[in-house]
Amino acid sequence: MDIILEGILKAFILLVTFDPEVLGITWFSLKVSGTATFISLFFGMSVGTVVALTQFPGRKFVVSLINTGMALPPVVVGLFVTIFLWRNGPLGFLEILYTPAAMILAQAIIATPIVTGISLAAMQQLPRKMRLQILALGATRLQMVRILIREARLPLLAAVMAGFGGVISEVGASIMVGGNIKGYTRVLTTATVMETSRGNFDIAIALGIILLLFAYAINLVLTTVQQRERPR
Amino acid sequence: MTTILEAKNLKVIRGGSLLVDVLDMEIFEGETLSLIGPNGAGKTTLLQALSYLMKPSAGEILFRGQTVGAGQRVLEYRRKLAMVFQEPLLFDTTVIGNVMSGLKIRGVGASEARRIVEPQLERFGIAHLRDRSARTLSGGEAQRTSLARAFAISPEILFLDEPFAALDPPTRESIVSDLEKVLAETKTTTIMATHDRNEALRLSDRIAVMEGGRIAQIDRPAVVMNRPVDQFVASFVGTETILEGEVRDTNETALIVGVNGSEIEVVGKGRIGEKVVLCIRPENVTLAIPDGTVKTSARNAFRGRIGRIVPLGLFHKVEIACGFALVAYVTTHALEDLSLKEGDEIAASVKATAIHVIRKSGA
Repeated sequence: MDIILEGILKAFILLVTFDPEVLGITWFSLKVSGTATFISLFFGMSVGTVVALTQFPGRKFVVSLINTGMALPPVVVGLFVTIFLWRNGPLGFLEILYTPAAMILAQAIIATPIVTGISLAAMQQLPRKMRLQILALGATRLQMVRILIREARLPLLAAVMAGFGGVISEVGASIMVGGNIKGYTRVLTTATVMETSRGNFDIAIALGIILLLFAYAINLVLTTVQQRERPR
Repeated sequence: MTTILEAKNLKVIRGGSLLVDVLDMEIFEGETLSLIGPNGAGKTTLLQALSYLMKPSAGEILFRGQTVGAGQRVLEYRRKLAMVFQEPLLFDTTVIGNVMSGLKIRGVGASEARRIVEPQLERFGIAHLRDRSARTLSGGEAQRTSLARAFAISPEILFLDEPFAALDPPTRESIVSDLEKVLAETKTTTIMATHDRNEALRLSDRIAVMEGGRIAQIDRPAVVMNRPVDQFVASFVGTETILEGEVRDTNETALIVGVNGSEIEVVGKGRIGEKVVLCIRPENVTLAIPDGTVKTSARNAFRGRIGRIVPLGLFHKVEIACGFALVAYVTTHALEDLSLKEGDEIAASVKATAIHVIRKSGA
């Protein structure tokens, strides 16, 4: 029990004194996962919107692929990104393995299906007749899509949150393609793994608390969004 | 009367079935036309085809004599229309934000839009709700907002698709009466789909009865009600008694029609031996106690027995067996006055002029 209590106490001190190492890792994690989420947003929202608003043969199959992708294991993504970025790999010439860029790439791949799936659901939950109503108000196709995205803005925010939550907490891909290099590719999750294996429970707990805080903040937003009602 | 909209040979085919098949239909400027018919008759599809929300499979739509073709022309046309659905379909913003949305789509600036929508908010009694979120509105308030949003763009044609069907009776009454006023004021050309014939009668200059995607009859409400073109229209507009018979005798103005052994005199034209259908509206049937003292000017007096009495709110529906099945509506007062009961003997009469004759040959 002492280990835990001591660890929590030290973690608290690290947090309130703004320990530069902990702070640095936190900031870097936010940057990597934030950028990856932003990239996934671009692809995920476009694909989600298109699939939600169009009918085409094989649509069901595409939707099932997206839903499967939402549960993509980060380790598998890490494995394939590593293979692609390996010196002799198809993208080896980029020379970005064990750099933040590789981490962003891997995390974007993990987040994209999550954002796509939730965007798709967000757009589909709007009443179908809403599209007719918007066209009847004199909108062009483009205006219609803009209005629909605006209407689905809260569920879309949920997509952002879920995507970010997925990548900030994943460890497998980050450690494989980033390598947990101190001050360069070390993020909250990889640092926690390392400090725990070294027996530095205080730092590990401090990092863990920060991750939990992120998780809490994300879920708070998600819950608020889900509890809101749509207009009639 | 100026024709504002005309549909020619309009067909909508989806999934192999013909949903709408309208040969020729004209809508006149300033009129209110109701499309009535049972579910699946094609009312909604016709509205959507006329408003180009659904691409017609064949045929032509002319707006003020000009074909609404494709591309930019369709957008231009749609920007002259407004549509209100059964569901309010409001946007997740304030009431005034919703009412301004059509103007914003047309690129009208915010302050200008605010100025334009103000009278609409007043008109539909939602001015006090202007900054409320659409999420917090009651069903009636939401539908008022939806109507104000439609009128905000001063549409040249307003399409209403069962706009009151989801509202409770008092709310419906108050919105219908407001809309009635606004339509009288603005003289906006309106096409409304409804399955409620009373609503159609109240608001319309003309009624189109639809069946299986076709327009069975389009005319003034009184004509559709009293002179239906076929049995389907007759029954849909509330003709309770529809009898098939054969002309036995004719004179200058009247026919004697044999129905199940009874003879009914009607005003109309026909040849002896011709098959005809007689339509008798229930409110045109007069009932009396058969004691021989009650005289009626009606030539058609039938003796029979009361089958069922069904209360219908303001009226009671009385089913009478008098050689054929005859249905009469009597007021609750009259019912008590005559102390009518199921199984009683009764004398029913109908004026010959109150019976509509449909000639089966279609001539």
